[in-house]
Amino acid sequence: MVTPGTRPLGKQQEQDEVTLSKGTLLQERYEIIRVIAIGGMSIVYQARDLRFSNVTKLCAIKEMVNNAPDPHLRELAVKNFEREANILATLSHPAIPKIFDYFSEANRSYLVMEFIEGQDLETVLNQNLDFLSERRVIEWAIQICDVLDYLHSYNPPIIYRDIKPSNVMLDKHERIMLVDFGIAKVFQSGQKGTMIGTEGYSPPEQYRGAAEPRGDLYALGATMHHLLTKRDPRLEPPFSFHERPIRSFNPQVSTGLEAIIMRALEYDVDKRFASAKEMKQAIMLLSSAAQGVAEVPATVAFEVRGEKGGIQPLWTFECEDEVRSSPAVVDGVLYVGSYDNNLWALDARTGEFIWKYPTGGGVASSPCVWRDLVIVGSEDRVLYAVFTHNGRISWTCPTQDRIRSSPRVAMEHVFFGSDDRHLYNVSARNGRVVWKFEAVGPIRSSPTIMEEIVYVGSQDHYVYALNIQDGSVKWKFRTNRPVLSSPTFFEGLVLIGSMDWNLYALDAKSGWAVWRCRTGGPITASIPAVDSSLGLAFVGSADGNMYAVNLRTGRVAWKYATEHQVGSSPALFEGAVYFGSVDGHVYSLDARSGELRWKYKTEGIVVSSPAVVDGVVYIGSTDHRVYALPA
Amino acid sequence: MNFLRGLFGRRKEQPVAEVTPPPEEVSVGKGGAFLVGRASHVGKVRGRNEDMLFTLESTILQDEGYLPFGLFIVADGMGGHKGGQLASSLTTRVVADWIVREVYLPSLMGETQSAGQRPINEALIEAVVAANAAVHEAAPEAGTTVTCALLLGANAYIAHVGDSRAYLVNRTNIRRITRDHSLVDRLIELGQISPEEALTHPQRNVLYRAVGQAGTLEVDTYLQSMPSNSYLLLCSDGLWSVVSDQEIVKIISNAPSPQVACQRLIKAANEGGGEDNITAVLVNIRS
Repeated sequence: MVTPGTRPLGKQQEQDEVTLSKGTLLQERYEIIRVIAIGGMSIVYQARDLRFSNVTKLCAIKEMVNNAPDPHLRELAVKNFEREANILATLSHPAIPKIFDYFSEANRSYLVMEFIEGQDLETVLNQNLDFLSERRVIEWAIQICDVLDYLHSYNPPIIYRDIKPSNVMLDKHERIMLVDFGIAKVFQSGQKGTMIGTEGYSPPEQYRGAAEPRGDLYALGATMHHLLTKRDPRLEPPFSFHERPIRSFNPQVSTGLEAIIMRALEYDVDKRFASAKEMKQAIMLLSSAAQGVAEVPATVAFEVRGEKGGIQPLWTFECEDEVRSSPAVVDGVLYVGSYDNNLWALDARTGEFIWKYPTGGGVASSPCVWRDLVIVGSEDRVLYAVFTHNGRISWTCPTQDRIRSSPRVAMEHVFFGSDDRHLYNVSARNGRVVWKFEAVGPIRSSPTIMEEIVYVGSQDHYVYALNIQDGSVKWKFRTNRPVLSSPTFFEGLVLIGSMDWNLYALDAKSGWAVWRCRTGGPITASIPAVDSSLGLAFVGSADGNMYAVNLRTGRVAWKYATEHQVGSSPALFEGAVYFGSVDGHVYSLDARSGELRWKYKTEGIVVSSPAVVDGVVYIGSTDHRVYALPA
Repeated sequence: MNFLRGLFGRRKEQPVAEVTPPPEEVSVGKGGAFLVGRASHVGKVRGRNEDMLFTLESTILQDEGYLPFGLFIVADGMGGHKGGQLASSLTTRVVADWIVREVYLPSLMGETQSAGQRPINEALIEAVVAANAAVHEAAPEAGTTVTCALLLGANAYIAHVGDSRAYLVNRTNIRRITRDHSLVDRLIELGQISPEEALTHPQRNVLYRAVGQAGTLEVDTYLQSMPSNSYLLLCSDGLWSVVSDQEIVKIISNAPSPQVACQRLIKAANEGGGEDNITAVLVNIRS
């Protein structure tokens, strides 16, 4: 039985060892009929015991080759074999094959056992195109727990050490038998050289030489995981079961059984079931519950706050029209624009009004603060710089069309885009234009400045990298649709979403795509946020999901479905990600897992992006309000 | 692929102490350049060198200035007879060929900066997956590790399978970038054994993933932005399992050039027993 995952390399000549041919007589008593299985260290034959001359009494004979180089070691191996065979001969359990005899001839040792008519579970698994039913796996697991309980109750406990599908035989009455009591291991000589393939089912502590009864429970858990998911653990990273939850492969498995298996698979032995008996009881309890009720209800691991009497705003402030702009909070003051034409300044702690500055149009752009100035663009085509302390104007910078891009300040200069297709670089001191760059389409994207390069997207499908000195193009990258979203810089990468549904990671120096991650809809305005310790980037898509994307690979780590488009940009705070959705809610998810922490319903849609400062989430809604929510 | 087997079956074994003189320092544009050293040695115990290396250095002309480009590969073959050598050599050539065709040549034609071009990560993964299929067919009993780094300016894009390693090294520090696909590395992660115990663990050579395996191959990718005047080291386990991290840093920072550093790294591994083949590729990122 050569298993796919355990392919020892460089030692294949031993696999070619000649097998005994049909009719060979051993001990003048056992006549070989056929080979049942060939393993790495042994061969199992079907044989006939000739002592019973009037009936055909079949038995299984396991042959092990003793290839220890040193005669002393060879002798030692034979002694170990005989000792183990003696122990096996004393065992009496319906799930353990009976041992009839053992002997050694030349450099081979033989064990004569009960012949079992049936198939091993690996074969059963491979022959079933569908998933095996939970019911059957439960029945087998109960029987395996029972035989393990029997073995473990010996003093000292007998540890099986090698539970895996190919070592569990199943007869036509659904009864299981444990075969291959690791006895062959006494003949195992150390493998040399690099090999591919791990055992896959063994518990981690077994690899530092510690064998104890709860290790068998781990291997049983691993076997059940394989049976239910059809994912061979020998082909996966070792000990990675927790990263591969059963129900993500086979949602038909009950949460109750999944929990039991995951407990058996804990790395820490003390977190597993205390004994095979305890595990058996847990499975039987589940099994009886499942017969009464249709399904074991999912346990609610956390309480979702916010739906009823849960999360309560610290304060709200009502503007005179929709708030689509995203708040900026600096030195205890919140600044936000509204479609009522005003730039508002509020006390971040209390939500009290401080001042407002009226522009000539709605304010969709989000303000930024530089020294004593707060800077914001307006639908009236003008960029305004207003004093933070009194709301009086410092300077303005007119453009030729609406400003929906949000300004950014770097090195005393303000960078922003306009629907007039230009990216402007103006002095933050007086608003004088230093240079402007002309794209082919409107620029609603907000620029990011890093290492003397300005990155920005445009409706003309391009992402531009401009020299900060003169606005000349360093590179441009063409996506397949307009780019309304804004770039985020992270360790030499520029992350940006496009209306072509992809989140791109571009090499910041060259503009080459490093990876792309396709979402289920256009990425409209959501700006990626990065958590470097988790190695994840977060972005919202018009398909209604918040995505967490692995920064190294561009693969989706998780996604969370809201009930409508997510154009809001995620904000990170203490392991949680915050954002709004067109479904009207503000969401807080666990950044690592994507599990919902809470959600809060506003009266409008939420396209504003949250600012999270000192444990408070500030965000606007089209219900005219600005909300302060506890993070 | 049978012709390859024949080709390699006939090939005479050669001593492999490969020595290349250090290239002259070149400085192009603002982008800076790489200095590269490489060396591979059979070691003192094995009869055959199953490690392979590949280096390619270039500068790409962009709209604005030059962009240093480099492709560096280390592969460590395993498997009896000549299978290991075939696996590592085939993998090195398939990956290099793929990246040159899918990434390097399009860049010469200025076709790289658009959504129509394969992202680097996808090209790297596809290259290793192609090598996996080629090895599986040509040498089904053999396998190989592969650690492949594409350097673009100061950014390194790495594809990796197995237990060869990529390190980021500067004058005083060394940090491993890649994660070994070995049983012992998982045991260390789970706190079951210490890194010191791993070096002598009986199953330290067991990989759970290698190029040449049946079925789908999961390829790890890494991004590393390289600080100026840092080093990217690619090496096989014949180096890292013998020469300590501190020793590696010392040798690199004391050597007059990456080439000399590589030769001294090989010497140190041989002095430590040289039980396995030893391979090192060292790239100094200047800017």
